[in-house]
Amino acid sequence: MSAEELTLIEKTDKNISEEADALTNSDAAVNICDADEYSVVYERPHTLLDVNMHYCPGCAHSLVHKLIMEAVEELGIQEDTIGVAPVGCAVFAYDYMNVDMQEAAHGRATAVATGIKRLLPDKYVFTYQGDGDLAAIGIAETIHTINRGENILIVFINNAVYGMTSGQMAPTTLAGMKTTTSPFGRDTSVYGYPIKVSELISQLPGSFYVTRQAVNKNTAVRKTKKAILNALNYQKLNKGTCFVEIIGNCPSNWKMTPLESNDFIDEHMVKTFPLGDVKLPGAEDLKQLNQTGDKQPC
Amino acid sequence: METKLMKGNEALAEAAIQAGCDAYFGYPITPQSEVLEYLAREIPKYSTKEHIRVVLQAESEIASINMVYGAAGAGFRVMTSSSSPGISLMQEGISYIAGAELPCLIVNVNRAGPGLGTIQPGQGDYFQATKGGGHGDYKLIVLAPSSVQEMADFVFLGFDLADKYRNPVMILSDGAIGQMMEKVTFGKYNVHKTEKPWATTGKPESRGRNYITSLHIQPEKLEVHNLKLIEKYKEIEKNEVRYEEIMTEDAEYIFVAYGLSARICHKAAIIAREKGIKAGMFRPVTLFPFPSKRLNELAETAKLFLTAELNSGQMVEDVRLAVNGKVNVEFYGRLGGMVPNPEEIVNKLENLISKENVS
Amino acid sequence: MLEEIIIAGFGGQGVLSMGMTLSYAGMLEDKEISWMPSYGPEMRGGTANCITIISDSKISSPIISEFDTAIILNQPSMDKFESRIKEGGLLIYESTNIREISKRKDIEIIGIPAAQEALNMKNGRILNMIMLGAFLEKRPVVKIESIIEALKKVLPERYHNTLPLNREALERGASLTEIASGVLS
Ligand SMILES: Cc1ncc(C[n+]2csc(CCOP(=O)(O)OP(=O)(O)O)c2C)c(N)n1
Ligand code: SF4
Ligand SMILES: [Mg+2]
Repeated sequence: MSAEELTLIEKTDKNISEEADALTNSDAAVNICDADEYSVVYERPHTLLDVNMHYCPGCAHSLVHKLIMEAVEELGIQEDTIGVAPVGCAVFAYDYMNVDMQEAAHGRATAVATGIKRLLPDKYVFTYQGDGDLAAIGIAETIHTINRGENILIVFINNAVYGMTSGQMAPTTLAGMKTTTSPFGRDTSVYGYPIKVSELISQLPGSFYVTRQAVNKNTAVRKTKKAILNALNYQKLNKGTCFVEIIGNCPSNWKMTPLESNDFIDEHMVKTFPLGDVKLPGAEDLKQLNQTGDKQPC
Repeated sequence: METKLMKGNEALAEAAIQAGCDAYFGYPITPQSEVLEYLAREIPKYSTKEHIRVVLQAESEIASINMVYGAAGAGFRVMTSSSSPGISLMQEGISYIAGAELPCLIVNVNRAGPGLGTIQPGQGDYFQATKGGGHGDYKLIVLAPSSVQEMADFVFLGFDLADKYRNPVMILSDGAIGQMMEKVTFGKYNVHKTEKPWATTGKPESRGRNYITSLHIQPEKLEVHNLKLIEKYKEIEKNEVRYEEIMTEDAEYIFVAYGLSARICHKAAIIAREKGIKAGMFRPVTLFPFPSKRLNELAETAKLFLTAELNSGQMVEDVRLAVNGKVNVEFYGRLGGMVPNPEEIVNKLENLISKENVS
Repeated sequence: MLEEIIIAGFGGQGVLSMGMTLSYAGMLEDKEISWMPSYGPEMRGGTANCITIISDSKISSPIISEFDTAIILNQPSMDKFESRIKEGGLLIYESTNIREISKRKDIEIIGIPAAQEALNMKNGRILNMIMLGAFLEKRPVVKIESIIEALKKVLPERYHNTLPLNREALERGASLTEIASGVLS
């Protein structure tokens, strides 16, 4: 479902996040099970607001939101985290993530994040961006932010299309892939090849940790979670930009079921965008990290 | 002649093909992405070795407008389209294009702002479109379609005016006109080809070199250039004013509106007439040049003007300047992508009339 | 003739295409038409509606707040639009999905079990054509033949084998109005 639409939706009167705040803070929750008999095996992180998300069923965005917020919760940095939302389907990330957030203009999230981080160097700052936002209109900001080695985390959701505006071609659209603006398939003689952003920016000395992950199966989800956790934690070191690319899906615009879209990632996306770490911190850096300890402003 | 049922955005795109548009550069944005999508599908069918026709999705609106600059400077019929946030990004390029006097067509399918705003229709970009928009002293010719047919017609007209005056032309539409479907007839226009001896096509022995620039570093020279532009704008004001009048002959109360608002005011005028109020509607078709003279004439006989816009009151300033105090000019606006219905506007008029009678 | 129609329901029920087909048929009969979709959010998953106007003379506003006819396919749309039908107007609703029906006495109200009927005809997608058939029976603003011609233009070639089924659906809808009206009277 196209979210530019969904998004701008029905939320005219109520401020959803305020409403959700009220809900999470209320004591109204009834304890229906006896703690002795049952134990909680799984919970929504408290850093994620308890509201319905506007994402299409099976879309990676919602899952990645949860992973970031889990990481924030586990690191105990909710009060010290500031996020920047993009223009893309995740434009309403600020309605879901229970941390301070700013909504940037299309493509400008890393510039906005620079502004925040330079003035609040002790805070954990992250951007959350799609491929159109980060690699098309915002590629200049992306490169220059990383080249300056801004000490922030960039979470990059690569779903190979413009989800929000209904499935146009993105800089990461696979060669030959059909979209609404490449109706005959992406012609590389006209549009070049999909940009491998992780490999590209790993060349910049300003990048500190660069990895490409996916969330189309359980093992992948766990790895992604770990990557986000590490990347946030590395901000303490002040060594440069951390970049976590996540191969997402867009079942609605890929015109697939969520399951088919997960398979499509394994069968096609990872051929162009191989998963794994692209650039890792050195052993010295990690040693330093262990000395800084947990739960402190970075 | 061929009649089709099309969305405004599609009609505009089809007209671009038929008007001999050589190149389209654009970036997706709701509510006008259909233009790029339509052309991505259709233009390749028309491109031949002899006549290369290009459709290219740019990486941003900044790139789009500068691609337009390049192709227009090389002498081709080129256009771009976007919606409000994207048009804001283009402002720098538009200023350069106006400065370098390059003919091209820029389409703004206006959505409500400021900022990301919403994707629903708006007319908040009136000032931006008619008063320059970017930096420096310049004007665009601004055409405001209020039907799907005009979305198509104004492409032909726009390209011709651009070529005639070596000036960028903007079609200022809105989300509703872009998304709605109506009948549209093609084949009414001939395609005019204008010689562009100033274009950078490669220098033959026979002429000196051509260059395209908006830079005139010596103030004396820039002032001469500025004055030349102003002369051109005056010429445009003399020749190109366009407007439509509905039931204005005997009207005591005149709605002034453009684009979608004009459609709504047309209906409002009909409803008002049914209620025995002598209402009419005046629709500026060109927003620059603005039909000030005609409005001033109408102000002689009318009792009240009511300007209706999807903004907080922009064109109304031009209406007031035009009538120069001769008649009371009131305003009714809806914001945020909300669209008034005709009854609302009639109510506003009735309220104003009753106040008038009291005082 | 001027018929101002709102068609509303869930995305996926064929709301927009019903209005589009009707508009197309109007065009084929040389009438003036306008089709204004609710674009954006509501188009997918949520509610969708379109205002379709068919007229013998030039159409002024494509956006109106009161309608001659409302063709309603879900409950939220019933709640939203029933009060906006003009006095003496027509309300046609899909009666297998909609439980709470307008209580107005100044309009004609007809329930068509189009979803059920579409199932009977083993094709859920022709629900909208059944509704359209019912509407045209009550307000013959265009001919059924024009709708079929319109479908030929609107549908891609590969679906042209469904034209007989569409015709059947239109006719079924028409005949259901008699049953529905009969029950009412
Ligand atoms: C200046 C500007 N241009 C265009 C748009 C329209 N727009 C909104 S989101 C988007 C692309 C989103 O794609 P992506 O970044 O890949 O995010 P996704 O929705 O796929 O997650 C575009 C072009 C805009 N809002 N602003
Ligand atoms: S599936 Fe695609 S369109 Fe839907 S929310 Fe996800 S990215 Fe956006
Ligand atoms: Mg994307």
